[in-house]
Amino acid sequence: MNLDELKDKIGIGEDKVYAVMGAFTAPEDLVEGGRKIREMGYTKLDAMTPFPVHGIDEAIGVPPSKLGWLVVWFSALGCATAITLIWYVGAIDYRLVIGGKPYFDFSYTIPIAFELTVLFSAFASFYGLWVFNGLPRLYHPTFNYSQAHRASDDLFLLVIEANDPKFDAETTAEHLRSVGAGDVEVVEG
Amino acid sequence: MSAVLQDPQLMEVNPPLVRSEDYHDLTEQISGIVEGDVIKTPTKYWITLAVTASITGLLGAMLAYLLSTGIGVWGNNRPIGWAWDITNFVFWIGIGHAGTLISAILFLFRQKWRTSINRSAEAMTLFAVMCAGIFPLFHTGRPWRAYWLFPIPNTDLNLWQNFRSPLIWDVFAVSTYFTVSLLFWFTGLVPDLATLRDRTTNKVKQVIFGLLSLGWRGSARHWSHYEKAYLILAAISTPLVLSVHSIVSFDFATSVIPGWHTTIFPPYFVAGAIFSGFACVMTLLLIARWTLNLQNLITMKHLENMNKIILVTGSIVGYSYACEFFIAWYSGDIYERFTFLNRAFGPYWWAAWSMYSCNVFIPQLYWFKRMRTNLWVMFAISITTNIGMWFERFVIIATSLTRDFLPTSWGYFHPTWVDMCTFLGTIGLFLTLFLVFARFLPMIAISEVKGVLAVQKHQFSDEEVMAK
Amino acid sequence: MSLISIQTPNVTGKKYWRSLNQLANTTEFREWVHHEFPANATEMLDGNSRRTVLKLMAASFGLAGLAACSRPVEHIFPNSAGTEADNYLPGEPFHYATVMSIAGHVTGLLVETHDGRPTKIEGNPDHPHSLGAATAIQQAIVLGMYDPDRSSKVLQGGRESTWPALESAVQKLALGDGAGLRFLSGFVSSPTLDSLRAGVLKKFPKAKWVEYEALARDNELAGANMAFGQPLYAHPKWDKAKVIVALDHDFLNLDAPTPFFTLAFSKRRRVGSDEDLDKMNRLYAVESQFSLTGANADHRLRLKGSEVRQFAIDLAAALGAMPGLNVVNNGGSADKRARFLAALAKDLKAAGPEALVVAGPRQPASVQALAALINEKLGSECVTYTKPVIDKSSSGVAALKALAGEMSAGQVSTLVMLGGNPVYSAPADLQFAVALSKVATSIHLGAEDDETAAAATWHIPEAHVLESWGDEASSEGMAAIQQPMIEPMYGGKTAAEIVSWVTTGKFTKSHDIVKNYWLPQFAASKEQGDKEQIWRKALHDGVVAASKTVEPIKVTVDAKKLASALAAEPQVAAAGIEVGFYPSSSAWDGRYANNGWLQEAPDPISKLVWGNAAMISPKMARDHKLTDGDVVSLTRGNFKMEATVMIQPGHSDDAVSIALGFGRQRCGRVGKGVGSNANLIRTTDGFYFAPGFTLAATGKREDLATTQERGTGDNQEGRPLAREGSVEEYKKNAKFVEEMAEVPEVHSIYSEFVYDKGNQWGMAIDLTSCTGCNACVVACAAENNMPVVGKDQVMRGREMHWIRMDRYYSGDENDPEVIEQPIPCMQCENAPCENVCPVQATSHSPEGLNDMAYNRCVGTRYCANNCPFKVRHFNFLNFHKHEPEIVGLVYNPDVSVRMRGVMEKCTYCVQRIEETKIKAKQDGRREIRDGEIKTACQQTCPAEAIVFGNINDPNSRVSKLKKQERNYAMLAELGIKPRTTYLAKLRNPNPELTA
Repeated sequence: MNLDELKDKIGIGEDKVYAVMGAFTAPEDLVEGGRKIREMGYTKLDAMTPFPVHGIDEAIGVPPSKLGWLVVWFSALGCATAITLIWYVGAIDYRLVIGGKPYFDFSYTIPIAFELTVLFSAFASFYGLWVFNGLPRLYHPTFNYSQAHRASDDLFLLVIEANDPKFDAETTAEHLRSVGAGDVEVVEG
Repeated sequence: MSAVLQDPQLMEVNPPLVRSEDYHDLTEQISGIVEGDVIKTPTKYWITLAVTASITGLLGAMLAYLLSTGIGVWGNNRPIGWAWDITNFVFWIGIGHAGTLISAILFLFRQKWRTSINRSAEAMTLFAVMCAGIFPLFHTGRPWRAYWLFPIPNTDLNLWQNFRSPLIWDVFAVSTYFTVSLLFWFTGLVPDLATLRDRTTNKVKQVIFGLLSLGWRGSARHWSHYEKAYLILAAISTPLVLSVHSIVSFDFATSVIPGWHTTIFPPYFVAGAIFSGFACVMTLLLIARWTLNLQNLITMKHLENMNKIILVTGSIVGYSYACEFFIAWYSGDIYERFTFLNRAFGPYWWAAWSMYSCNVFIPQLYWFKRMRTNLWVMFAISITTNIGMWFERFVIIATSLTRDFLPTSWGYFHPTWVDMCTFLGTIGLFLTLFLVFARFLPMIAISEVKGVLAVQKHQFSDEEVMAK
Repeated sequence: MSLISIQTPNVTGKKYWRSLNQLANTTEFREWVHHEFPANATEMLDGNSRRTVLKLMAASFGLAGLAACSRPVEHIFPNSAGTEADNYLPGEPFHYATVMSIAGHVTGLLVETHDGRPTKIEGNPDHPHSLGAATAIQQAIVLGMYDPDRSSKVLQGGRESTWPALESAVQKLALGDGAGLRFLSGFVSSPTLDSLRAGVLKKFPKAKWVEYEALARDNELAGANMAFGQPLYAHPKWDKAKVIVALDHDFLNLDAPTPFFTLAFSKRRRVGSDEDLDKMNRLYAVESQFSLTGANADHRLRLKGSEVRQFAIDLAAALGAMPGLNVVNNGGSADKRARFLAALAKDLKAAGPEALVVAGPRQPASVQALAALINEKLGSECVTYTKPVIDKSSSGVAALKALAGEMSAGQVSTLVMLGGNPVYSAPADLQFAVALSKVATSIHLGAEDDETAAAATWHIPEAHVLESWGDEASSEGMAAIQQPMIEPMYGGKTAAEIVSWVTTGKFTKSHDIVKNYWLPQFAASKEQGDKEQIWRKALHDGVVAASKTVEPIKVTVDAKKLASALAAEPQVAAAGIEVGFYPSSSAWDGRYANNGWLQEAPDPISKLVWGNAAMISPKMARDHKLTDGDVVSLTRGNFKMEATVMIQPGHSDDAVSIALGFGRQRCGRVGKGVGSNANLIRTTDGFYFAPGFTLAATGKREDLATTQERGTGDNQEGRPLAREGSVEEYKKNAKFVEEMAEVPEVHSIYSEFVYDKGNQWGMAIDLTSCTGCNACVVACAAENNMPVVGKDQVMRGREMHWIRMDRYYSGDENDPEVIEQPIPCMQCENAPCENVCPVQATSHSPEGLNDMAYNRCVGTRYCANNCPFKVRHFNFLNFHKHEPEIVGLVYNPDVSVRMRGVMEKCTYCVQRIEETKIKAKQDGRREIRDGEIKTACQQTCPAEAIVFGNINDPNSRVSKLKKQERNYAMLAELGIKPRTTYLAKLRNPNPELTA
C-alpha cells in the first residue's frame, strides 16, 4: 500500500475534505442538534465531548458497544486455562503425592480459576476498548478543527463526515448552523 | 492547618459539586495542580518529598543487606517463621483494597460522591500493592529463586508449582489484583490525559500526554465503548477485591495452627481490609484536601460517608474478634482455647489489646455526628485504625506461631532494627509514589466530575431525550 | 580462609589433598595460620558477632585437611572384611574398631572413614561396654580431631620451639635415680602405659608417678578399702537388679561417660509382654542436683550431697545391716525422707538378691562402703568386686596434694605431665600454677595449648585418640587396641611414646611400643593362627580376646571396722550454702570445651547450651530474690567465683550445683570463656561438695541460652503429648494411653492416598526405655552435617538439631517428675508441611517419607509454620559460606550440606536407606531385612529406645511395637497420620509411696 492509498484510507490528505464540524456549549444542545441533523438524513455522524453525554448515541445513531461479548469469551478462556494448567501439572506432567491429596481435584482449582477468569476478562475489556476504538492513533483529521482542543474541556462538537452520501460542504455547514452549532468549519484531512 | 479546615461549619454550607462551578473552571482547577510550574510548587511539597524519598532509600539499603546476608537479619526464628514480613504484606494488601472498592462498588451503586476520591483511591491501591509485593518476594530465603512461584516453564528443575498451596493462590490473586487495578486506573485516566494534552502548550508535555492519551478524542463511539469497558472492569473488580483478601486469609485458614485454622477468616479479613483501606484513604484525602485546597471537591459529606463505612466495618471486625473467642470456647479444643486465652492474656497481651482498642472501641465514637464531622477526630481515628489493623495482622500471624502445639517449641519474637527500618521504608515508598502522583497527574477524574456536574446542572436524563 | 580457596580451585580427590599438603609447608601458609587464628582470637560466640560462628566452622577445619589424607604407615585393619588395601573402593566408607577411655571408663568405638578421613563414630558392637552404642561425647570427638585450635607445635616457655631442641634439653637433664623426677598423668587404663610406668620407675627408683582426674573413681576404691580392707572396683549388674538405689549416682548420664550402664539398666525397662512388666526394675534416686538418673527414677529424694551419707547410714540401720546403729529420724521436715526410707528399706528387703545399692563417685568412701555393706546384707547378687588390673595406689586428690607439696618445696626438678590440664583442673587450694613455677623442668604433653601448656617449661602436642596407637583395658581387664585412622595431623605424640622416650632416651613409635607389648602375650595356636594373625584379629574386632580379665573375688565387709571408720571419718560442719561440683554433659572436665557439637548439645535436664550455671532450687531463688540470668558470687574463705543463676526445679534447697569444665581462659575460640570456672572454688577438702559458702548477688546479668523456653513451656499444659502412666495403671487398663486423647473419625473429602506397597518406613520410640541422654542428638548432627550455629543464634531459637530431646516437668516444683521425649520428624502421611509448599520442594515418597528437595526450596518457611511439631529447621544465615572446601573432611559425603535460605529436616537418614537398598540389589535381593537399616539416632541409642523399620511387614520389630497398646501417635487428632509413634512411658512406682 503506498502512502496516498494509506492517506485515503484514513482520510488524510491535502485539499481532502474530511468533515464539517460545529460546536455546542451544553451537552443537551449537542444531543438536540445531533438528533435534528440525523433527521435531515445524515448518517455518518460523530460527536466529540469532554465526558460521556447521555442520549447522544441514540441521537446520532451510534450502535451499542459489542465489547461485552468479547469479555464473556475471554472469561471462559481464563477459567479453562486455569483448570487445564492445574490438571496437566498435577495429573499428567509431574505426579507428586502432596500431603496425601489426590493428583488432581477441582476443589483446589477454584481460587486460581477465579483469578484467571477475572484477569482474562480485564485484559479483554481493556485491550478490546482500544482495538474497537481504533486506538492508539496519535493523529486524527478532526484535530484540525480550530476548537478541537476544547472538546476535552468545555465544548461539545458535532461531526458530519465527508463520506456521508448526503454530504456537501456548503449545505452541510448551513444545516449544522441551523441546529444551533457555532464555529462551524469545513475540516480538511 | 488552614482556616478552612478548622471551620467545619464553612464546609457544611458547601453542597456537593456546587452548581456555580462550570466545566471550564473545573478543568482549570484540577489541571491547574498538574500544569502549575514546577518551580512554583510550594516548598512544603518538596521538603515532604525529600523526606519520604530518603526513607525509600532506607528501604533499598535494608533489602540489599537482607539479600547479601539472609533472613537472619530479621527477628524471625523457630517457631516464628513469619513475623513482620507477612504482617506488613497483609497490612499493605488490606490498605490496597479500599481503592478499587471505592471505585468499583460505589460506581456500581451509582454513588456520585465517589468521583471526588476514586482517582486517588485507585492510585493508593496500586502503591499499597507495590509495597505489599515487596514482602512476599524478599521474605523468601532465596529471593533470586522467587520466580519459581510463577508457573513459567523453568528449566532449573523442571518442577511445577504446588497448586494446593494457598501461597500459590496468593501469587495469582495479588498479581491479578495489581494488574486489574492498574488497567482500571489507567482507563479512567485516559480522557483526562487527553484534556492535559489539549491544554498544554509545552512541546515535551504535548508529546508525553499525546502518547499516554493514545490519541483519545472523546468521540461518541469512544465513549460508548469506554463506558462499557469501565462498567465491566468495575463489575469484575468488585468480586476480585473480595476474593483477594479471602485468598490471603486462606494462607492461615487452611493451616493447622490454632489461631490460624479458622473458617471465619475470609469475611473477617475482607471487612478488616475495607476498614483499614478506608482509614488510609481518609488520611491521604485529609492531607491532600488541606495542602491542595480541595474543600469544595472533597466535601464534609464525602468524609462523613466514609466515616460511616469505617464505623460499620470496624464493628464487623469487632464482631469477628468476639466470634473467634466464642468458637474457641465452644469447640472445646484445648489448643484452640489456649491460643485465644494466650492471645488476650499471654505475653502478647499488649499487642492484642492495642488491636481491640484501635479497631473496635475507638471507632465507636463515630456513632456521634459531631465526631463524624470533626476533621481532627477523623484524622486521628484514621491513623489509630491503621495502627490497630497492623496489630491485628501481627497478633494473628506472629502470636499464633509463638505458642502452638508443643510447649517445648514455644518462643518469642523480637524484631530487629532491620525489621523496623524495612517497614518504615515501605511507608516512605508509598508516600513518595503518592506525592509524585498527586503532583503530576490529575488527582480527580475530570471527565467523571463533569458528567456528574452535567446531570446536576440540568436535570437531564435518558427519559427526557426519548420524550423529545 | 581466602588463601585456601585461592590455592585450591575446584580440584577434588587425592590431588586436592596433595596440593594442600604442599600448601601446608609453605611459609605464607604458616603466616596465614597465625594471622587467621591468633592465639587471643576473640571468643566467637559473643552475641553480636555471629559471623565468628562461621569463622569457627571454617576454623574448626582450617588445618584439618592438611594431613587428613595421610594414612598411618603401619597396617590398620578395618572392621569390615579384608584390609583396606585389598578392597578399597573410592567413596566406599571403611569402619575401624578402636577404643577410648574417659577417666577409666573404657568404650570400644567403630570409626567410619571416607577415603582415609574419619567422619563418624559409632559404638563397637563387639565391645562388651558398647554393644554398638556410644555417648554424645564419644561421638563428638571426631570433630575435636579436626579442631585447628589443637596444639601443633613444641613450645618452650610458651614460645614456639622444636623437637630437637626439646631432645637436647632432656638429654642434659641429670635424672640420676629420679629423686626429683615426677610423672603426672590422668587415669591410666592402658596396659602398655602401665608396663612402661613400671619400666621407668624401675630405671628411676626414686621417681614417682601420680594419677589425677578432676572427675575420678578414686572414692570407689577408697570405699572398698574401707569396707573390705583392699581397693576394689564394684561392678553393678544393672540388668540383674529389680530394685536399684542410686545414692547421688547419675549412672545414666554424668557419672558414666560410657553407654555401658544405660545399656544394662534399660534391659529391664522394656515392655513387650506381661512378664516384662513384672521384671521391670524400680529405681530410687537420692541426689542434690536434678540428674537424668533422678528423671528416670521411680522415686526421687532430694538431699544435699553431704546429707547422703547420713541417709546411707540410716538405710543401713533400717535394714539392720549395722549392729548398734538405729535410724536417726530428723523428723518434721524430713518426713518425706522418713517415708521414703521406710518404703525403700522394705522394698530392698523384698528384692533380696535382686537389690542393688550404688554410691556415686562424688560420695565419700564411707558411703561407698555402706553401699557395699547393704548389698552384702541383702545378699545382693547384683554386684561383684574385682582387684584393679592396674595399680591405683598413687592416684587421686591426696596424691596430687602430696605432689603439689613436693613441688612447692622445690623437691621436684623434673615434672612430666602426660595429658590433662592440671593448672586448670587442680583444686584451687593447691595453687598448682605456683607450685609448677618452682619446677625447673616441666614437660607437658597436651592436646591443646592450654593453661598448663603456658605454665610448663616445655609443651608437646598430644596425638588425638583417632590418631594414636594405644590400648585401653576396662576395669575388669577387657583390653582393646587403639588404632589410628590417620597420621597425627599436628605431629602429636602419645603418652606411651614420651614415657618410653624418657626411659630409653630414644624415641620409639607408639605402634611398635604397643605391638611389642602385646605380641609376647599372645599364644599362637592352630585355630587362632600365628601371633601376627591374632594381632590382626584384635585390631579387626576391637577387643583383645587374649586379654586377661580378672575374676570377681569373694569379699565380706567387716561391719565393726566399718563402724569405727565411720566414727573416725572427719565431718565438716554443714553450715551455709553447699556447692556441689558436677561433670558437664558437654565439656566433661573441660577437655572437650572446644567442641562445637558438644557445646550446642543441650544439657538433658536444664536444656542449657554454651555454658554452665549455678543451679539452685526455686525456693532458694525466692529466698535470695534471684531469677534466671542473675550473676552471683560464691565465696568460701579465699576462694571466690562468679556464676550465672539458673533455677532448677527439684534441686535441693540451700545448695548450688555447678558443672566443671567451663570458664577456660586459655582455650580454642569455641570454648574460651564460655561459662564460669568452678575450679576456682573447688578445694581438696571440698572436692565434690563443700558447705559453708556464701552466695551474693552481684547485680550483673548474663544471658543463658536454652533450647526450651524457660518457665512456661516446661510442662505439658495438660496436653497428651509425652504420655506416661504407672505399671499398675497399665495392668488395670492397657488402653489408658490412647484414652488420653480423643481422636475423632476424620472423613476426608478426598480419596486418601494408600501406602500398601513395598517398604513403608516408620519409627517407634519407647519412652519407657529412653533415658533422655543426648546420644541421638549428636549422632544426628554428625551423620547429617549439622552446622554449629553458636550461642547467639540458639538464643534466637535457630538451632538446627533435626532430632531434639523435649523435656517436661510435672507435679510440685520442689519434687517434680521429668519425662524426656525425642522429637524427630513424624513423617506424617498427610503432611501439613507438604500442602503449603508453593514450589513442591517437599513431597511424599512412595515409601512414605516426607522428602525435602533442598535445591528446590525457595525458603518461604510456610512449611515450618504449618508443622505442628516444629521439626523443620531453616537456614536463616549461611552457616557454611566462609568454610574452605576442606570443611568437607568431617562431613558425611552422602548428605548434602544445606545452603542459606533453605529449609531442612529429619529424613529418617534416607542416605542410609538408599545405601542399603543398593547393597540389597547388588546381592540380588529385593526385600530389605528387618533391622538392616538403622537410622543414626537408632544405631547409637544405648537404651535401644528408637526402632526403625518397615511397617508394611507385620513381623518387623517396629510393626510389633506399634501393635502394643502403649503405642500412640502425637497429635493424631489433627488427621496427619504420623509415621513416628511413641510407646508411652511406664513408671514403676512403689505402691507404698504413691498411696
